[in-house]
Amino acid sequence: MGKPRVAIFDFACCEGCQLQIVNLEEDILGLLGLVQPVEWREALSDRSDEYDIAIVEGSITRAEDEERLRGIRKRAKLLIALGACATIGGVNKLKNACDMEDVRRYVYGRAAAMPHLATEPTRALDEVVKVDYKIHGCPVSRRELGAVVRSLAMGVEPVIPNYPVCVECKLRETVCRYEYNEVCLGVVTRGGCNAPCPAGGGWCYGCRGLVDDPNVNAARDVMDKYGRTPADLQRRLALFNSPGAVSCPKS
Amino acid sequence: MSKILNVDVHHITRVEGHGNIRLRAVDGIVEKIEWQVPEAPRFFEAMVRGRSFEEVQTVMCRICGICSFAHSLAALKAVEKAVGIEVSDQTDRLRILAYGGEQLESHVLHVAYLVAPDLAGVNSVIPLVSSHPDVVAAAIRAHRLGNEWMEMLGGRRTHPVSFRPGGFGRWPSEGELRDLKARLEAVVPDLQKIADTVAALAHKLPRFERETEYVALSQPGVYTFYHGLIASTDSPERTPVEHFERVANEYVVGQSTAKWTRWHRETYAVGALSRFKLNSAFLHPLAARTARALGLDPSCCNPYMNSVAQVVEAVEVVEAGLEQIDILLTRGLRPEPLRKLHPKSGEGAGAVEAPRGILFHRYAFDAAGLCTEANVTIPTGQNHANIQKDFEALAPQILGRGEAEARLMLEMLVRAYDPCISCSTH
Repeated sequence: MGKPRVAIFDFACCEGCQLQIVNLEEDILGLLGLVQPVEWREALSDRSDEYDIAIVEGSITRAEDEERLRGIRKRAKLLIALGACATIGGVNKLKNACDMEDVRRYVYGRAAAMPHLATEPTRALDEVVKVDYKIHGCPVSRRELGAVVRSLAMGVEPVIPNYPVCVECKLRETVCRYEYNEVCLGVVTRGGCNAPCPAGGGWCYGCRGLVDDPNVNAARDVMDKYGRTPADLQRRLALFNSPGAVSCPKS
Repeated sequence: MSKILNVDVHHITRVEGHGNIRLRAVDGIVEKIEWQVPEAPRFFEAMVRGRSFEEVQTVMCRICGICSFAHSLAALKAVEKAVGIEVSDQTDRLRILAYGGEQLESHVLHVAYLVAPDLAGVNSVIPLVSSHPDVVAAAIRAHRLGNEWMEMLGGRRTHPVSFRPGGFGRWPSEGELRDLKARLEAVVPDLQKIADTVAALAHKLPRFERETEYVALSQPGVYTFYHGLIASTDSPERTPVEHFERVANEYVVGQSTAKWTRWHRETYAVGALSRFKLNSAFLHPLAARTARALGLDPSCCNPYMNSVAQVVEAVEVVEAGLEQIDILLTRGLRPEPLRKLHPKSGEGAGAVEAPRGILFHRYAFDAAGLCTEANVTIPTGQNHANIQKDFEALAPQILGRGEAEARLMLEMLVRAYDPCISCSTH
């Protein structure tokens, strides 16, 4: 059996998750022994419509992008959503709290009606096509990315963690952000990133989305212990998970 | 029968984001030459409204995966100005030091992984792994160091978490700074190897000159990436960052979802070559020597040489970083726990030199500290119109070279600007 052919595509996003492939540094050379990249616009000039695995970054905000994604889905045996914009819509979904005409006017002023500036509410990839695997995060963890690609190349089902970020902070012995009087989303957010944000002096922003079955009671206990309310969590969650929680001011 | 030349590049490769090139010439007359940007706009300025001043940099750094430190720091400078937060000299120096890592990482990525394949006549960096193993290994080491440098001071290598309004959520230990110093010293031979390789291949860069207006931050005595006033080669005046809209004068065109800009003339350029032209007198000694060895001097108006200027800057940020670490260690690092910040209404602008050129952010906040207005002007947005004007000057000169070569020269020109297209359609 030949090496699986991999193609990498992107839609509305910052392309920071593709950058994590480059950030594998020397390890990329190892991955090249397992898979054959046939299209990756950001790094290679090669093009191909024949691929086994499509790795897709970004979210869908226009009809033309939806059509392009459907084409990719049709050609790919497996489709992997890469990063928060692709898996959950990411920060791009903050836009969905706003009126689409208003965001166009706010950014483009008098030119807003020009047809090439059209936009629709942001959708994650699985709101448009079937997604086989999701690599979460903003950006993705390059370690997890490498592990998923290696698993698939060897025909092994990749394991996507389903425990909260708090588990990883405890393992790293990171002081809880609530001890600094800050609101952190680690209590309900899917781990697997090794909790770099609380360790780096921020809080968990929830970029990997919620665990499948968040322990709401435990989260409530944490809120009670530190004098916080679910509304504090909701405000933070808006960034990556539930834009309905904020309202966008009209310009 | 008429002789027709068509170049039609849909989604140019080896750049960040989506851009198209269209050239059509009939019997030696250019009928159409366009640099098009069809990238999906994301509307960051609209969707950051309503977010707290404490998380603006967290939202806005996500404009760009390759220059997230630039966006995070420009946003913080604007937020701190708006809300009236002063930072300590130590915080200022640590931010400047952290930012050097991004310049190194981004410049090595661009020169070694995206531009070098054109000079070697291959499709990507992959064939270079076997044809030029030593220099590829040097580039990977330098790239890794840039990344680990950023991670040490920013908490992560993409979308930093340690930078907070007023200071750092986590600051490094003196031991970490000493370790970084040793690694910066050790990367110098790698950068020299990259510079030597670029010097040997530089003759393959097209000889094309088009003088334009060059714009960059300028600070007396410093080859600056962080502080300073807005300078232009067209004027001796220096414009405070507070008035950046008077510089950028953004407008919308039909061929691009990114806005274009103009200042003293139709177009201007930003990026490593602009910085070099305006500030080369302040380069550190090894960077200045590298510029001479690469044949780069401030009179250069060849846009393809921007990649060469990036090599010089990769050396510059390492030398400047070593100097900054010495100052920090001599003074001794002291703990700076974050103060409790109080929301306040106000408005402010901030700028940094992103790897691709000058970057501006402006925000306004209400009394609750929630963002009410945002405006961001991106380096690549400032370069789009200049790329178009370069195309218009270059196209008539390359009509006789056939489709493949004309196409390569146009693609290489776009790549030379190191465009961050999705950034420009934030």
